[in-house]
Formats: sequence, structure tokens, C-alpha cells
Amino acid sequence: MRHALLAALALAATPAAAQQARDSLTIGITQYPANFHPNIEAMAAKAYILGFALRPVTAYGEDWKLACMSCDTLPSIENGQAKLEQTPDGKPGIRITWRLKEGEKWGDGTPVTAEDMRFAWEAGRAFETGFGPAETYRSAYEFIVEDARSFTVRFDKVTFDFAGLGQFQPLPARIERPIWEADKAGYRTRSAYETATTNPALYDGPYRIAAVQPGAGVTLERNAHWAGPAPAFNRINIRTVENTAAMEAQLLAGQVDMVAGELGLPLEQAAALEKRSGDRFRFFYRPGLTYEHIDLRLDNPVLADRRVRQALLLAADRAQIVARLYDGRQPVALGSVHPDDVMYDKDAPAWPYDPARAKALLEEAGWRPGPGGIRRNAAGETLSFDLMTTAGNRAREQVQQILAGQWRAVGVEARIRNEPPRVFFGETVSQRKFTGMAMFAWVSSPENVPRTIFHSDEIPTAARNWSGQNYAGFSNPEADRLIEALPLELDPARRRPLWSQLQRLIATELPSLPLWHRADAHVWPRWLDGVRPTGHQNYSSLWVTEWRVKP
Amino acid sequence: MRLALLRLPQIALTLALLSLAAWLAIGLMPGDPASLALMSDPRLTPEDVARLRALHGLDRPLMERYLAWAMGLLRGEFGYSRLFAQPVVAVLWPALRSTLVLVGLAVAVAAVAGVALGALAALRPRAGGFVDALALLAQAVPSFWLGILLIILFAVTLGWLPAGGLPGEGQPAWAFLVLPVATIGFGQMAAYARHSAAALGEALRQPWARSARARGASDQRVLWRHALPNAGVPLLTLLALDAGSLVSGALVTETVFARPGMGKLLYDAVMGNDYNLALLALLLVALVTMLATLAADIAQRWLDPRLEEA
Repeated sequence: MRHALLAALALAATPAAAQQARDSLTIGITQYPANFHPNIEAMAAKAYILGFALRPVTAYGEDWKLACMSCDTLPSIENGQAKLEQTPDGKPGIRITWRLKEGEKWGDGTPVTAEDMRFAWEAGRAFETGFGPAETYRSAYEFIVEDARSFTVRFDKVTFDFAGLGQFQPLPARIERPIWEADKAGYRTRSAYETATTNPALYDGPYRIAAVQPGAGVTLERNAHWAGPAPAFNRINIRTVENTAAMEAQLLAGQVDMVAGELGLPLEQAAALEKRSGDRFRFFYRPGLTYEHIDLRLDNPVLADRRVRQALLLAADRAQIVARLYDGRQPVALGSVHPDDVMYDKDAPAWPYDPARAKALLEEAGWRPGPGGIRRNAAGETLSFDLMTTAGNRAREQVQQILAGQWRAVGVEARIRNEPPRVFFGETVSQRKFTGMAMFAWVSSPENVPRTIFHSDEIPTAARNWSGQNYAGFSNPEADRLIEALPLELDPARRRPLWSQLQRLIATELPSLPLWHRADAHVWPRWLDGVRPTGHQNYSSLWVTEWRVKP
Repeated sequence: MRLALLRLPQIALTLALLSLAAWLAIGLMPGDPASLALMSDPRLTPEDVARLRALHGLDRPLMERYLAWAMGLLRGEFGYSRLFAQPVVAVLWPALRSTLVLVGLAVAVAAVAGVALGALAALRPRAGGFVDALALLAQAVPSFWLGILLIILFAVTLGWLPAGGLPGEGQPAWAFLVLPVATIGFGQMAAYARHSAAALGEALRQPWARSARARGASDQRVLWRHALPNAGVPLLTLLALDAGSLVSGALVTETVFARPGMGKLLYDAVMGNDYNLALLALLLVALVTMLATLAADIAQRWLDPRLEEA
């Protein structure tokens, strides 16, 4: 009896994963997509999964440079595909022509055409459809179909990143247009991407979504009509495991082959697993565009003093925190611009740990040591702030404790007051209800002009319906000038000094305290090769045709 | 029948009040859909935000929106889930099915094992200490910890069972249920064991039990044929209380074993401001709990007619 039971259990456990042939790959991610429509809402899980199944027109590569994915040449002024012009109402504008690669087909064999792009543009222009980002569609005021594969878009704004189409992707018009025209406001929920997710005609990438287990995972199979290089696997299973301890267990049990770093284990957990698991997996840490920082409420008279802000940063030993908590695997930030960004200025003020200088600056600002070790000013006020972050985020809460301790050592009291993410982001930060410091992260893109976070027009107020992300309340005419000038400068060589000026200005004024650029921890099986994490919003799944099984 | 007629209006009123309270609670939480959209697309203009609020009906008073929702519900229009871009029923049903199977099996295992242990304690007083200790352990061990221990032992170390998730094509579904059912069932078993031990012990001390033995009935027969029906009243109450969890799910266990279910769905719906989904799920949980309690009350009266008279 006992032997029979063991045999049955062993049979059940043969799982799965352990005995799978190498023609399939099972990937664990920590999030399940809320929807599958490529142009509605940006969401990491969706972007990762659709990276296997859809080809955007353009994307940033591993080298952080913009490249064509389904177009044949990247438009530029030099090649004539981009032309500066005036809009009908006399504003500076630009018209840009993209040409789709020959042989691009949907999964039912129908070619991807300029009409598919036109539909995506029309649906995006209708506000009630709810496509994001709204500004792109607002700016693209005219769409011209040149021929079956070429289309021109006229924009009422000139920016240096004009050649990129981002989330503006082709949609199979013959399937989606009738649904959209029947009910534009309801299109979001009635799109075939939501109601017939496994229809092959919705996908033009190397894979198509073949099965969906709501909340649990997605199965991808090869797209029979894919004309590009053949991918290595017949099937890719994406499994959603939200709890990272459970994810680690499934990895060790062989149920998932790899954990995608884009939506994977926290860095500290991955580093610990690497030490424990020996040579069983390959680990790769890729610092990315998630920028951890602390926004300071500049209306607070104490924090309005630049010397206090500088002292706070000098008294925070960020390098030690990174070394101890994150195994030294994520770079300390000088500001919001990532070291891999082509416009990064490595000579911007760095503010390395220097408690003596921090104390001197605080003295200079009129804050003298008081009873209990907390500094006071001449009016008897204590140098004390609320330090807030998202409750339940263990990594941030740890950092918060350490920072509070380091600041206390120079006479600054940081009172920890955390809130659930929904309250913190839904009201406290977005409506500027924090009084001192708010620790969270920004996610950006390569060469992203930080208009929404540093321009004085972007300070959220009730009158603006709380739009804008300049939560610190930073207002600096020189920063405004640079932020306005940057997008208009098309020549990278002339843009670089503007970027340097802006980075140095922000790193000196410190409207927010830079912490580090978060690294993604990728865990791969030893037999898998060719996965190239990018560190930005165009995930490694877009280049799945380069993934290979090692002989 | 009279009891059911009395209770049903109470249940309807409770559901109406609960739905209003839940609507207000979710509506008054910070972070409406427009502000969430603003977080994901920071370039939205103030005008865009105003249009979004109008599009989602957020510019209307909370009570007006509640009444529109309630009227829709009465017409059988459950609406769409904001988080999942699907009809609410389409989102709810797979999660409900998964939870019904998981928690249903766990409650069944807990009830059977608990009653068996209770019977052992009642029949063999020397085993009572062991049953008490086991029940205490079951109550004291947190389910997330037990779940992780079981995963480490049976999935990671021995490789006998999957560590979690749902079965893929060609994989046996039962194998994916063993560990989560054991995790939930072990915790719930304690209450059944304690209650049945006490109730069966008490029943076996009654004069009619001694009479049955005197007439030659075996201990087993007295226990299962006579004592168990008499001890059934508290156990039915326990079962009725557990019925709520059949639809509310087991958030911790679902999370540890990466099984999508009602617990996680309900949590996500409330945190994600998904009114339609959160309210329907909450009402379903409340309705099932109240109906199960009603069923238990009716069954108790059937088992013990003195309750009806009282």
C-alpha cells in the first residue's frame, strides 16, 4: 500500500517541469495582466507577455538606442522620412513616415498594413477609447496612408524622440474596427483581445497566445505565419506566482524554468538564493530605469532651505545600504538619469557620505544640537520630519529604518509614517498631503525629459485636477527653461550640454533625494542562452527569437 | 419552513445594507480610477482628468451612483470588472470554482478527520491528550508557515508534489490540490476535533448511551448510530460558519500556493477600486454565509425538535 502511494505521488510529481523536453520553456512572473490590449494602459506583465506575441513599430534595444522592430528604416531628418513643417495653425510641427517591413503578418496569415496603424490612430484619438498615453494621440493630428505598408503621421509638436512610436502599435483593423465603431466607450472591455484572447489573428509576433488561465498563466505557441527568425521553443508557458517565496519554491521544485527579472524576485531574495543554490541557475542583475528616491516637500520651510536638503543626502550612507542590503548590485543614483543613458552626466554633484559636512551645513543653516540629540533652531523648533513610504514594502521599510538611524546621528529626526500603496499614491503623494519626505520610485524611459516631475507647471493642485507629478513643488526658472528647451533640440550633440546643465542643477538643488537605480534579478536555467535584459520598458521578451537552448 | 420565511426578508435587508456600507467604504477610500489613470499616464492634462471622471461617472454623487448600480443589479446587470476588462461574472466564476474545490475539499477533510479524532478521544480517554495536543498544534501553526514547510518537504526536497499553481495540460489536477488542501484542512481540523470530542463525550455519558450498551450494542455502534446524531448540532454550526470561507476563499493559502481564488480576487478588487467586482464578491460571500447559517438552523431543528419548540 505504502509503495503504491509513493508510486502514485512520484508519478504526479514527475512533473511537470522536471521532465519537460527542451521544446518548451516555463517562465515565472509575479503579476498577471489586467487586460491583453496592447494600446490600453501600460502594465509590466502585459508588456512582458505581449513582447512574445506582438511587434511594436519601434523599440529601444539592449543598447538603449531606438531601433525598428516592424518598420524597415528608422525615420530621420537625414533620410527624409521626417520633415519639419508648420501645422495648419502655424505652429512648428513634423511629419514622419514609417514603412512596415515586408512579410509582417498576423497569425491568420493576413498582412499587417498601414490600415491597421490607421485604426490604432483613430481609436487612440477618441478619448473615450481610453488608450494611453493620451498626449501622443493628441499631438498626432493627421494620419495619411501612403500605400499598403507606408504611413505618415503629422504631429503638432517637435521633439527629439520623434522616430519612436512607443505604445502606438498596429491593431488588426478588420477584427477590431467593427467592435470599436459599435461602442467606442465600451471598446476597452469588448475588444477581441479581451473576449477572444486566443484568436491567432490578433498577434503578429513570433508567438501567439494559445491558452489563458485567468490569474494563473498564459500559454504561448509559435505563430505559424511569423516571417522572422524561428524561435527556439514550440511553446512558452508563463506562470503567475505573485508571492515571491512561492515563486522561489516553484523554481527549486522545477515547475518554472526561469524567473523573468522584469517581474521577478526582489534583488535581496535573488542574491540570497544565488548563494544557496550553487551552480544550478544563472543569475544576472540588470540595473534599470526604476529610480528610487525621496521626494521632499519644498513648501515645508525647513526643507525649503537647500543646505538642509544637501545635509540630508550627505548624512545618508547610500553606498553602504546598497552594499549591505543589495549586495552592491544596484548603482547609487546621482539623479533620475540612469548611468546607461546616453545623456548621463557622471560629473553631476554626487554627495557621498560625509556626516561631518552634513553637520556643518546644518549648523550653517541655524540648526544647533538640542536635548535628546535632535537639532533645534533659534525659534526652538526641532529638526524633525515625517518619512513616509508604502506600507508592506519590506525593502523600502528596511531602508527607511536605516536612513532614520543615519539622520538621527547628525541630529535629524525622521518619523516613520507609512500608508498602504492605494492611500499613499492615491492621495497622500498625488495630492501633496505629505508634509516632509515621501520615498517611492519613478519608472522612466531612455532619455526621458523629466518635465512631469520637475517643471513648475506640473505641481499638482486641486484646480489642475491633481494632474502633474511635481510632488515636491519644485519651482526653478532655469530648470523650467532647460526642460522646455531639451525636447526641441534635435541634435544629440547640442542636447548633451543641456542635459548636463539640468542634471547638475537638479543634483545641486535636490528637490528629491536620489537613492539608487533598482536592479532586476534575472534567474535562468544553465541550459538557456541569449536572453538580453534591457533595463527599460522594452522587455527582453521582444527579442525571444535570440533565445537558444545550449547544446 | 416558518423559520425560512422569517429569515429570508432579514437576509435581503442585510444584503442591501451591506452593499450600501461596502459601496460607501470603497467609494470613500483614496484613489479613484481617474487618479489611478493619472499615475499611469502623468501627461494627462487637467481637462483629460475631468473627462475621465465624467466617463467613469465619478463626477456624480456617490449615492446616485450606488442607486444606479443597485438598480442594475436587480435587473441582472452585473457590469464589467474595471481591473480585468471582463464581465464581472466571467472574472468571478473561475475564481469561485477554484475556491469551492479547494476550500470545499479542505472543509470536508477537516470535518472527517476532526470528527474521527473527536470520536477517538471520546471512546479512548487516554487518547484525549494526544487529540488535544494535535488540535492545539493545528490551531497554533500559521497556515502560511505550514504551507511553506509542506512545499519545502514534498515539492522541493522530495519532488513528489507540485509546489503550487494550477495544472497544465496533461497534469493531474489532484496533485495540485494535495498540499493546499492539507494546509487549510489541518488548521480547520482543530475546531472539529475539539467540538466533536466534547459533544461525543457528553453524549456517551448520557443514560440512553448506557442503556444501549446494556442491551448489548457495541461501543462503535453507540458512537456512530446514537451519539453522533446527538452531537451533530454544534458540528453543524461549525460547518455553517465554514461555508462562508467556501466563497470568500483562503487568501494566505491561495497566495502561498499561487492558486487564483476568491480570497485574492476580493483583495485585489477592493484595493483596485473595482466596485462591480468587489461588491458582487462581498455580497456572494455574505449571501452564502447567511444561507448556510439558515440551512444549519433548519437542520439543527430537524435533528433536535426541542429547538423548534423553544
